[in-house]
Amino acid sequence: MEEIKFTIDGQEVTAKPGQSVLEATLAAGIYIPNLCYDPKLEPYGGCRLCVVEIEGMRGLPTACTTKVTPGMKVRSETPEVHQVRKITMELLVADHPLECLTCSLNQRCDLQKAAAFLGVDQSRLRRSERALANDESNPFFVRDFKKCILCARCVRVCSEVRGLGAIDMAKRGYEAFISPFAGLPIADSICESCGECVDHCPTGALYVRGEAILPGKEVKTICPYCGVGCQMVLGIRQNRIVKVLGDLTYPVNSGSLCVKGRFGLDFASSEDRLKTPLIKKNGQLVEATWDEALDLVASRFKEIKKKHGGQAIAGLCSAKATNEENYLFQKFIRAGAGSPHIDHCARL
Amino acid sequence: MRFEQLQARAKKAWQEVVSPQIPLIRMGMATCGRAAGGQELLQAFQEELAKNKIQAQFSEVGCLGLCYAEPMAEIILPGRPGVLFAKLTPAKMKKIGEDYLVHGKIVGDSALAVMGPARNGTPAFTDLPMVKGQQRTALRNCGIIDPTNLDHYLAHDGYVGLKRALSLSPDEVIAEVKTSGLRGRGGAGFPTGQKWEFCRKATGTPKYLICNADEGDPGAFMDRSVLESDPHSVLEGMALAAYAIGAEHGYIYCRAEYPLALERLDLAIRQATEHNLLGDNILGSGFNLHLKIKMGAGAFVCGEETALMASIEGRRGMPRTRPPFPANQGLFGKPTTINNVETLANLPPILAKGGAWYAGFGTEKSKGTKTFALAGKVDRTGLIEVPMGITLKEIVFDIGGGSPIGKKIKAVQTGGPSGGCIPAELFDLPVDYERLAAVGSIMGSGGMVVLDENTCMVDVARYFLEFTKNESCGKCAPCRLGTRQMHEILTDICAGRGRPGDIELLEEIGAAVRKGSLCALGGTAPNPVLTTIQHYRHEYEQHIQDQRCFAGVCKALITYSINAETCNGCRVCATNCPQQAISGEKKKPHVIDTALCIKCGICYEMCKFDAVVRQ
Repeated sequence: MEEIKFTIDGQEVTAKPGQSVLEATLAAGIYIPNLCYDPKLEPYGGCRLCVVEIEGMRGLPTACTTKVTPGMKVRSETPEVHQVRKITMELLVADHPLECLTCSLNQRCDLQKAAAFLGVDQSRLRRSERALANDESNPFFVRDFKKCILCARCVRVCSEVRGLGAIDMAKRGYEAFISPFAGLPIADSICESCGECVDHCPTGALYVRGEAILPGKEVKTICPYCGVGCQMVLGIRQNRIVKVLGDLTYPVNSGSLCVKGRFGLDFASSEDRLKTPLIKKNGQLVEATWDEALDLVASRFKEIKKKHGGQAIAGLCSAKATNEENYLFQKFIRAGAGSPHIDHCARL
Repeated sequence: MRFEQLQARAKKAWQEVVSPQIPLIRMGMATCGRAAGGQELLQAFQEELAKNKIQAQFSEVGCLGLCYAEPMAEIILPGRPGVLFAKLTPAKMKKIGEDYLVHGKIVGDSALAVMGPARNGTPAFTDLPMVKGQQRTALRNCGIIDPTNLDHYLAHDGYVGLKRALSLSPDEVIAEVKTSGLRGRGGAGFPTGQKWEFCRKATGTPKYLICNADEGDPGAFMDRSVLESDPHSVLEGMALAAYAIGAEHGYIYCRAEYPLALERLDLAIRQATEHNLLGDNILGSGFNLHLKIKMGAGAFVCGEETALMASIEGRRGMPRTRPPFPANQGLFGKPTTINNVETLANLPPILAKGGAWYAGFGTEKSKGTKTFALAGKVDRTGLIEVPMGITLKEIVFDIGGGSPIGKKIKAVQTGGPSGGCIPAELFDLPVDYERLAAVGSIMGSGGMVVLDENTCMVDVARYFLEFTKNESCGKCAPCRLGTRQMHEILTDICAGRGRPGDIELLEEIGAAVRKGSLCALGGTAPNPVLTTIQHYRHEYEQHIQDQRCFAGVCKALITYSINAETCNGCRVCATNCPQQAISGEKKKPHVIDTALCIKCGICYEMCKFDAVVRQ
């Protein structure tokens, strides 16, 4: 496809067709402050931090909602643009708790990044804080309304990506807040706890319980739960999983995960986790090797088949296995055991 | 029935109104008339007449726009022009029944006007000071016809414009509207003909027409009056617009707080459909139009076109960035035209009489007439329609009659909460879109609040900001947080907590909110603050530096005391003080204990000797 040339503050940049000014500029390594922009979502134009001047356009359009056209002349660093962004940021900061050191998003926060870029110093404004108690109803994540900047990324990801629409904006103006239908706690809503909203929150308004520490290294892996094969990035610290993220670059899931993958990996370091097969001997479960265990199972199957016929054996396979594994399993039951009794948990 | 037959029937029906066989009493029954007690009056009057066996017939009309004179009734005796009686009370109504209905006499100055030539000292309606300078176009039938009677509308050239339009091509209709110079009356003033042309040329089907009847400015009631008093003019306007842009489906987005307007619209749609003025194959032309009413749920921001469309689609009413403009991607992603009620009501006469006729009124860039809801500290409040280019002075003093209590008029706020304050020194300003914008205000939908010397401009700014702050949808940060921040600062200033630098801060935030907001709500919300700072900076400074509010409005900044020289110790203030803060012996000067005083101002209002001093 043709590349489109345009300039930002005099510097020539190329954009792909259909790209917004913000996308093309960020891709070129030039930062324009933004909070409500999210590559996975439709442009929103809510935070107004990406306002720019564009020759031939009235007022200050937002870079996120304006598509690049050939020869477009964009200015991102004029005094007027800076002033509007800075005041907008000051207003956001005046309404935001200043407890960054104890925030779970410390140093990974888009608000911090944009505030630092714009040089927001001691606020001249009247400080305020919303008097809404945290929604602690979900076992995996918490919503802290005081840190919410109403960028609506959580709302949009729930509706545009997950197709669920469990949350939306309620009330108006300064009173507005993100809420499930009828103001219910999130746990009593249709929310499926996929955590996608948490992943897309630019501040610490949505955070995973107990995930405050920074990972030491990141490991890419495939989710062990089902056959879809979502790729995930695990944050590891001291050989424990401290953070789970979907891999944005992986075509299968494009960064999405479900409740199991995102919040169900704590078994990996559980004290109760089985690491070897156990065989019951004299009423006691005793650790065994895989060879011992498989030999035992094979011999017992043979015994049953000989004594009662293959039809006495039934197989129930799992969605945790891949399609190929499920195919092999039904082959084993039908051809190996000689039984028609095969079923799958997804059918129940 | 053919259109000509309909017209003949209508003429006959109207003839029965203007020359009735038995006395006809026509009561103003728009929401304004009802709120003023019209319904109760009418009922009492009917009972009274029945008791005395006086024969009479009754009907309802809409709003004439003379709010100050409500409740009103027009009485038409056989063979005489109608006479308008105003500020009616049950006693007054009973007396009129005897004097005028039975004896045909107008006693004293009980009558306001004659709906014809002046007679026996009662002026002609058109010569009333409030009516004289007006040019009623959108309001042409309001208060004249019975809004529930299609014949009445037809008898006043109703649907003549549509009939003519259907004999023209859509492009010719657009050309006629372009000639008229009509601009959107919802506030932004975009040329109507051009808006239609964009939509007509846009690709995509179906196309939609929307009537924006989500009138939300506090104190503005132009659209409500038209919808309640003359709903068919809006429907005819919609039919014209839909024909021009090529739409077969239309929505009327009307706020649910207008129950009477909704009821009358619904009836009018049924009447028009029944008589082939709406529906399929309108007047045999092959043109179809189906209208639906959509009720708004009380959000001011839904008057903004993109928020309005989101609301019709069933989503949260929040604006989105334009482009794409509705003409290309509007309702359900299809080409859409949105016109305001008043714009639509202007169209039938434009099509019937020609665009050049309409363009004969107004100024070079702002043609035609504009309605204004005249309110505040003015003698004759009400709804007026004047040619563009009229001066503010003419509106406030000639039509409105200036201050009712002899106070000095200080300023006028145009354009509602999105508008600005224009000081009295600029009252020679001709009213049109460009000139109002040049002084920092806007035409808006036509709110006009008159302020007198007892109005504190900081308090006015705070009042309007409170409205916009509460009505901000919350989507964009500058509007959501900026209006709140400015409101906080203004509240502080009014409460005596203003800080040095607050004025500059208000200017800075105001400018950022104006430039940075997503839609026109935020884009115009700072106007009341910025214009009052521009013209009344000294009042802000007095509040902050001197801790004084000379208008006597901001309680924290005023004190009451008693001038011992003029106080004669009548004890009226002391007896009426709710806090017992005033002490003193009879016939000796009294004293106010400022620690107990809650600054309610009762003593100030009650003292007949001007001995109570407010500072």
